[in-house]
Amino acid sequence: MATIKLETPLTIDKIKDLHSGDQVLLSGIIYTGRDAAHKRFIEVLEKNEDLPFDVQGQVIYYVGPTPTKPNQAFGSGGPTTSYRMDAYTPPLINKGLIGMIGKGKRNDEVKAALKGHAVYFAAVGGAAALMGKCVIKAEVIAYEDLQAEAVRRLEVKDLPLIVVNDIKGNDLYVEGPQSYLKEHK
Amino acid sequence: MKIVKYEDIVLKVKLACLQMTTDLPQDVQNKLEMMAMQEDGQLAKQMLDIIIENANIARQENRPMCQDTGMVVCFVKMGQNIQIEGGLLADAINEGVSLGYEEGYLRKSVVNNPIDRINTLDNTPAIIHYDIVEDDVLIIEVAAKGFGSENMSQLKMFPPAAGIAGMKEFVKQVVIDAGPNPCPPIIVGIGLGGDFEKAALLAKKAAIRNLDEVNPNEKLLALEKELEVEINNLGIGPQGFGGKTTTLKVNIEMFATHIAGLPVAVNINCHAARHIKVVL
Ligand code: SF4
Repeated sequence: MATIKLETPLTIDKIKDLHSGDQVLLSGIIYTGRDAAHKRFIEVLEKNEDLPFDVQGQVIYYVGPTPTKPNQAFGSGGPTTSYRMDAYTPPLINKGLIGMIGKGKRNDEVKAALKGHAVYFAAVGGAAALMGKCVIKAEVIAYEDLQAEAVRRLEVKDLPLIVVNDIKGNDLYVEGPQSYLKEHK
Repeated sequence: MKIVKYEDIVLKVKLACLQMTTDLPQDVQNKLEMMAMQEDGQLAKQMLDIIIENANIARQENRPMCQDTGMVVCFVKMGQNIQIEGGLLADAINEGVSLGYEEGYLRKSVVNNPIDRINTLDNTPAIIHYDIVEDDVLIIEVAAKGFGSENMSQLKMFPPAAGIAGMKEFVKQVVIDAGPNPCPPIIVGIGLGGDFEKAALLAKKAAIRNLDEVNPNEKLLALEKELEVEINNLGIGPQGFGGKTTTLKVNIEMFATHIAGLPVAVNINCHAARHIKVVL
């Protein structure tokens, strides 16, 4: 299985051939956000105001990192469980969000919103030291009061990801275990 | 009588916090390496390799292995003849946690209560359980429990008629429901018997028990092995992408129960199974 290199911002053209189970190394700018930040995103959208960054073609990483030590660019930062962001996700995809990084299954509404429009990647849950090292630069761009949950702009190099939900509707969390069981009957 | 100084407890708990969050216990690392060798799926094996590499980076570079540095849980075993000099035991533990989480640049993930949800800013309070014993000992088992796995835990009060078969089905269903969320491979801690809260407590003890420890109860040992095989046959695999390795170990702790009951608690721990024993 080849590893695919991707650069943000993403376009439909760049993600259309991704298939669930593909391994990706992602580089470029991505944004962080967890429960509390997502709640604010939606409040902003409901008031017809601008999000802290334009989500068009962008990727959000569900992460609440450890505090950054002096002389490091970033702390440890692996994915948090994505279902907590499910309720907030379809409106962001409607605004042009094209990628999400987290861990764990998404609900049916999110999966439907992803189809044809966006891709859901998993990062390796718990591999936070390794992934933290892929961050070259980090800066808080909004909601500083949320501390670990503040929105950050990250510059990443070769962040290792796995495609879970591709734009064709495949789901690695369903197909992966199924095909294992088929092979080991 | 043995006297233990407050400051010594603070210092040792602080060091425990610093060490456990960056240095994956050897029992867990060994099991991960063994499972990685047995895994035949390419993606599954790679996931285990990344987890092992992550543990090595964390240890070598003194970085937290996981960003969720957890809520601290302590099991205190204290001899009746121990006297703590200089303050309360709980205060000493919490002071150690506070200092450790600050010094280690660990994430402060504790909020004051579930309604106001205001971060306490130093990861306290720790959850502390006490066990009073006979000897002149003071042992604190310190664990950092992440909530990705904690949230996937469940408890059920079965009637005795459900039997061990019912208990096994429940445990497997908890693991299936959890799926990829607790970052498999996981450690499955089971509390069997007691009452409602005793079962949960036993399950937590089981979830943070050393993986090399062999259950002295033969029936439980057999049950642990059976469940380990059956859970790994579910095919969930590392990270839930499919594969052999869903659980690293099933641990069961048991206690007496009522004639009318069969409490079963399942506490899930993740591969970042941070636990350390502090002896004072
Ligand atoms: S479940 Fe464990 S490994 Fe996964 S993010 Fe939480 S603490 Fe880390």
